[in-house]
Amino acid sequence: MPQVDESGLNAIFERCNMLRQAPVPPELPEGFTQPFGHFPVYFPEELAHAVGLLPTAVLGGGNQLELKHADAHMGSFVCSICRSTAELGLNGSLKSLAGFVTHPICDAAKHLAGIWSRNFPEQPAQILYLPQNVNSSGAVRYIASEYQRLRHQLENMAGREATDDDLKRSIRIYNENRRLLRELYALRRDEPWKVSCSESYLLLRARTRMACEQHSEMLREALAALRAREMPAQDKPRVIFLGGFCEQPPLEMLETIDDTCYVVDDDLLIGLRWLTEDVPETGDPVWALAESFVERSAASPVQHDARKPKEGYLMDMLRDSRADAALLTAAKFCEPGLDEQVAWSKHLDQENIHALVLEFEEKSTSFEQMAMQLETFAESLLFSIA
Amino acid sequence: MTTNTATTQDGASDFDARVDGQRLMKAWYAGLDDANARGAHVANVFVMGNAVEILRAFDFELVFPEINSLQTGVRKASEEYIRLSEDYGMSPDVCSYVKADVGLILKEQKHPAGQIPKADIAIASNMCSTFIKWAEIWERMLGTPAFVLDLPGQRSAGFEVRQGDAQHAADSRWVEAQFRDLIEKCEKLTGKRLDLDKLAEILDRVNKMVAHWNAVMELNRACPAPFNAMLDGLTYIGIMNVYRGTDEGVEYMKNLEASLRARVARGEGRVENERFRLLFSGTPCYVSMRRLVELFESWGGVFVYSDYLTFAAGGMDAGELVYDTSRPLESLAEITTLAAQRGLSNQFFAHERLAKQIREYAVDGIVFHGIKSCRFVSSGMADTRDYLGSRLDAPSLYIESDLIDPRYWSDAQIKNRVDAFFETLERRVGGAPMENQPAAQRRRSLL
Repeated sequence: MPQVDESGLNAIFERCNMLRQAPVPPELPEGFTQPFGHFPVYFPEELAHAVGLLPTAVLGGGNQLELKHADAHMGSFVCSICRSTAELGLNGSLKSLAGFVTHPICDAAKHLAGIWSRNFPEQPAQILYLPQNVNSSGAVRYIASEYQRLRHQLENMAGREATDDDLKRSIRIYNENRRLLRELYALRRDEPWKVSCSESYLLLRARTRMACEQHSEMLREALAALRAREMPAQDKPRVIFLGGFCEQPPLEMLETIDDTCYVVDDDLLIGLRWLTEDVPETGDPVWALAESFVERSAASPVQHDARKPKEGYLMDMLRDSRADAALLTAAKFCEPGLDEQVAWSKHLDQENIHALVLEFEEKSTSFEQMAMQLETFAESLLFSIA
Repeated sequence: MTTNTATTQDGASDFDARVDGQRLMKAWYAGLDDANARGAHVANVFVMGNAVEILRAFDFELVFPEINSLQTGVRKASEEYIRLSEDYGMSPDVCSYVKADVGLILKEQKHPAGQIPKADIAIASNMCSTFIKWAEIWERMLGTPAFVLDLPGQRSAGFEVRQGDAQHAADSRWVEAQFRDLIEKCEKLTGKRLDLDKLAEILDRVNKMVAHWNAVMELNRACPAPFNAMLDGLTYIGIMNVYRGTDEGVEYMKNLEASLRARVARGEGRVENERFRLLFSGTPCYVSMRRLVELFESWGGVFVYSDYLTFAAGGMDAGELVYDTSRPLESLAEITTLAAQRGLSNQFFAHERLAKQIREYAVDGIVFHGIKSCRFVSSGMADTRDYLGSRLDAPSLYIESDLIDPRYWSDAQIKNRVDAFFETLERRVGGAPMENQPAAQRRRSLL
């Protein structure tokens, strides 16, 4: 593996930032015939990867997209990511997608499948009903049957079969990527001065616009360079960031946070890290993916799991990352996020743990006020933990 | 304008749909008021996907938090509850039903209709995502354990599942597995074993209620329509939900059908001179529903159908949804799955159902009521409107207010829009009374 220095690292970040702003992958890697779109939070990308469809997370339009069509199709009270995703569909930016899958994470997200079917009937769209009751004994069997259904549909779209061996190969590729992402997050936890939240986010998000194997290669290079960085630790509080599971905060917002805090863990694009351990590479691959969803998965405000109360995983994140405080964010008009924000802030109050409550929109462009809030918050934190 | 009082051939001469409905709702609240004191087991359930049949078999008292919240609106008390929850920290941008309920918890369950008991269990389906977040609030604030009932919904446009096909079998198996878990929980909570015969009797009563309910809905295809779906219909669905699977529910629905049938036979309509047949898509605005209906009826417009009467009544009017009482649990899973796909989650592909209802009810125009409080009905509404307007040339009106938050009701603005809508309709389809023509024979129907 070639060694990458700081300038090489900057080139990687620049590439990632270019990819972040692309609505679909700018180029199709060898072996892939078409991109296939999926909405947050989690999608079993291995199923698309195995038939040569490039999994492409559809993440809205960020803060550079002007809505010209979506206003006539979605109410003003709907969150930005759903509205701008509709806009990207309506303005033709997503026309290269072989299909589109959304999930029962919230009702606005489910409606995207209807909007797709009415406006782009040639582009198959569906809701993948990943279960909200993973605690029931039939959950794995049900998910496996849904994955089989999806597998056959993807095979039809791609015009080629995904054998069990194809799927196992994809699982191996994704397992390697998951391991590297865990390393990235461990580095942030242990030496947060070596990689900022915004840098880590750029690296992570790049997977949504390239093949997983290419992404792993890039991550390996970046991780080696990040570890070799010689940067002094600064006097910044350690915080966790919550609220980035679906709509994405603008990069400038994360950079603003980086200015005053070390973000030692987060839930940004948690769907890309949803499976927390390796998926078994032997046996029935579809069953392995389904079982991993139930038994070895992360948590979010839009997934009910009696084993993972929301306050519980919040406290786990704080403890495991040795954080001093939490940034509790929610996207504007995101009902599940806003509900969770109330519960989390009440809980942290009870636990006497500092938290800063922030609301954002992907389309926000001004962060001066947020910077002042963060500065005050960081100062008070440093004072209280000194 | 007349009421739904009717003399029927089967002796229901003193039946009055509104008065009897109110009496039943009052009796339900009275039963809740002392439920905790009586030591009754209590379950919180929602109107979409709720396993009421199983809970009734264990003699649970049923609390419908959505109905509690809407009743704060009907009784003009909702703002107080909503403001309490916003002071507590709830966002202005989330469901006002949830906020009214958080207000209720903060007021120690004191509701304008009486004391609401604390529940031993809450059943929240995934049909509306907010149900799950709502149940998590009860877990935190009241310690009520939540059981999430995951119902695989309609996956895509044109998705059709028939009883017994492979997809239906797989989906039903998943729902049945969850029902078995729920039964185990209920057995632990109540100390009783599930009585399958009792469950079968409950299913039988639901079958009867649904048969009457479907007939009631169909009767409104007559011209003039015997009831207003968004006023009278709101009373009817209250009974469909609260008394589902009970003798009182069967009796009410039987009398309702008979009384409406008699009205149709007499040629009596909800409004004296029905001029426009309208479809209402969305939720009511319970704080001002009577006023909203008045704005339409003053023009001779009557809501002959509303998708609210489908999804808020459990989605059982989609046809072929009859329980097989000889295999109650399996059949409950099979029909619950179909109802979820054909009558609830098809809201995400609303154009399919609305296009059908426009034809069947000979609709002149559609009124869409978009509200921030309910993303389940509202998120795709503008797009559905655009689609139906361009593909079916269906005239429509889009208004915004809220379920129960009076701060979002703007009387003058809504009246202006309603008046303008009717002026357009008049120019388009004329405005002569219908002269009791059956809808199917009308010449000026849309399609």
